[in-house]
Amino acid sequence: MDYTLLFVQMLNGVQLGLLLFLVASGLTLVFGILDFVNLAHGSIYMVGAFIGASLTYVVGNFLLAIVIALPITGLLGYLIERLVARNLYGRDHLDHVLATFGLILVLDTSVHLIWGPEGIAVPLPLWLDGRVTLFEGVVVPTFRLLIIGTGLAIAAGLFWLVNYTRLGMLIRAGASNRTMVSALGIDIQTLFALVFALGAMLAGLAGMLISPITEASISMGGEIIITAFVVIIVGGIGSMKGAFVAAIVIGLIDTMGRSFIDDLFKLFMSSDAAETSAPAVSAMLIYIIMAVILALRPQGLFPPKVR
Amino acid sequence: MKRMIGAALAATMLTTPSFADEVKIGFVTTLTTGAAVIGNDMRQAVDLAVEHMGGKMGDLDVNVIYADDGFKPETGKQAVDKLVKQDDVDFVAGFIWSHVLLASRKSALDAGKFLISTNAGPSPVAGKLCHKNFFSTSWQNDQTPMAMGEVLNQRGVKSLYIMAPNYAAGKNMVAGVERTFKGEIKGKDLTKWGADAQLDFSAELAKAKASGAEGIFVFYPGKAGGAFIKQYQQSGLRETMPLYTVFTIDGLSIPKLQAANFEAVLGSHTTGHWAPSMDNAANNKFVADFKAKNGTYPSNYAAQSYDAMFLIKSAVEAVGGDLSDMDAVRTALEAADYDSVRGPYTYGANHMPVQNFYLQEIVQDADGNWLKSNVSTVFENHVDSYAADCSLN
Repeated sequence: MDYTLLFVQMLNGVQLGLLLFLVASGLTLVFGILDFVNLAHGSIYMVGAFIGASLTYVVGNFLLAIVIALPITGLLGYLIERLVARNLYGRDHLDHVLATFGLILVLDTSVHLIWGPEGIAVPLPLWLDGRVTLFEGVVVPTFRLLIIGTGLAIAAGLFWLVNYTRLGMLIRAGASNRTMVSALGIDIQTLFALVFALGAMLAGLAGMLISPITEASISMGGEIIITAFVVIIVGGIGSMKGAFVAAIVIGLIDTMGRSFIDDLFKLFMSSDAAETSAPAVSAMLIYIIMAVILALRPQGLFPPKVR
Repeated sequence: MKRMIGAALAATMLTTPSFADEVKIGFVTTLTTGAAVIGNDMRQAVDLAVEHMGGKMGDLDVNVIYADDGFKPETGKQAVDKLVKQDDVDFVAGFIWSHVLLASRKSALDAGKFLISTNAGPSPVAGKLCHKNFFSTSWQNDQTPMAMGEVLNQRGVKSLYIMAPNYAAGKNMVAGVERTFKGEIKGKDLTKWGADAQLDFSAELAKAKASGAEGIFVFYPGKAGGAFIKQYQQSGLRETMPLYTVFTIDGLSIPKLQAANFEAVLGSHTTGHWAPSMDNAANNKFVADFKAKNGTYPSNYAAQSYDAMFLIKSAVEAVGGDLSDMDAVRTALEAADYDSVRGPYTYGANHMPVQNFYLQEIVQDADGNWLKSNVSTVFENHVDSYAADCSLN
């Protein structure tokens, strides 16, 4: 096996994993702490990508566009919490699913009406569009390194926020006993709205970061939301650490599967059969992993301690 | 009261006349999801064709009913079922996607309707599953990549890496280039396709790079094409591994790639049976009016759909508007006696066009817009590879 290829593929896997983490962290915050199933989380990711892409053309700078677009997606999350989610906290999960599925249709159609069906390609500034030679034979696109860097920074920031700040303490307390926290005089409604907005910003950021690679497009939310749910289920619902570990694991497994499964299959079956079956198996791989982990640890890898 | 309304409703339904003085065409394409951009382009071309005909085919009014396949085989089949049963159309046309066409063909053909593909050309419909009432105004999937394989041979490319989506057309495209390309295939990837298609190709591009092939051949229609081109450019493969594409850089992706300033596209090569710059009366009129109306060059999807409408018109006029005589309509369709925007072509026994395929380059027009333009002819009057398997002779 070629070790530089293996290393490049690991970087690719980590990059995919960190993007998944950005989406999954918001999902796990909302699902784990607010006990609210938000299927429309993927649509917020899409809307974030479209807002970021449009602003890139308006202000002419990709990074500046992200800085402006982030509060806008946060505001969108806040509005969704006020108008849709808040009325549903007391209801059961099926109602959440129905309402947020409706929200997906509304958001998808709104994007279709505003931006049209064709999607937007996002240009990168020159210094991000190039490549970096890490060492002999390993050349990676600069932008992918930026995604890795941003993802790690956000992960560190979230870890600090949840574990070492007053807000984080309130979030954790609200997660374990919401009634007690509000009895202590904390405005739990505002807290939940903040968490929701934070989740939306994280999803929006992921959308903005992926759009220079894949374009902002209408169906992008549906592509990632299923995988994001796999991540939070494997990681343990509500656990930030679980989401991080599971996202990296899923990202690596998916990338490695796509890279090496056909070679692996060729060892014990005909080349034709390997070529036909490898794409199918690599597409299934993360679900197989999920099934195995759920069979061994039904609560996920790192279930939150309180609950 | 209720009963009276019911009776009145029933009466109106009974008296709704089934107009014998119109041609009903059901047009199935993708009008939702990101692929709607292709469907919209086709619809604009069909609308333009109807406008150019003055809304008439012979003495009959043209009535086009659009239906959405949602990029899904099962939805496409339902749409066709509705078109043939409820709307009782005379022709079912359209179909971007090979898997949608394969799922829908039986519904249309079993109902005794003419089925005209304006894009999809999966191998079965040209070979074992060919049908006397099926026609195509596009090509069989393998043909365009076969032309590309021939171009690669001529350019002395010795080894190739192949990438395509994992569905009927993707496999045909791969089979096509493999059939004519004489060098070594260093590796290939079939990636996940559909509404949740894979769009991040980092792993595949890293593999391609490690393979050391002299060129990379890809087929990524629709939005995946733009995504691929960007990542190809970002990966820096351009210097070492030239890109050869089919149906990836097209009329739909070019304006977007130009807006995002992807210079790599300009001067890149593809193959095809039609280009907006082809000089014939029908094409000049089509391209100029399409551009005036919609602001962009038409794509090949648009050209094929525009052609389908005029193919139907030629048949309707040849039989004097008597659509009940299906044998006569079929004979008229087989003659392909209309001014196609690609220039004249004929139909093979399997009702696939026998036509030329060209090497094409992306160039800049006088206004600075990028477009596809023919460079040279690769195949003349090319017959697809599955015609021999077809029992219609």
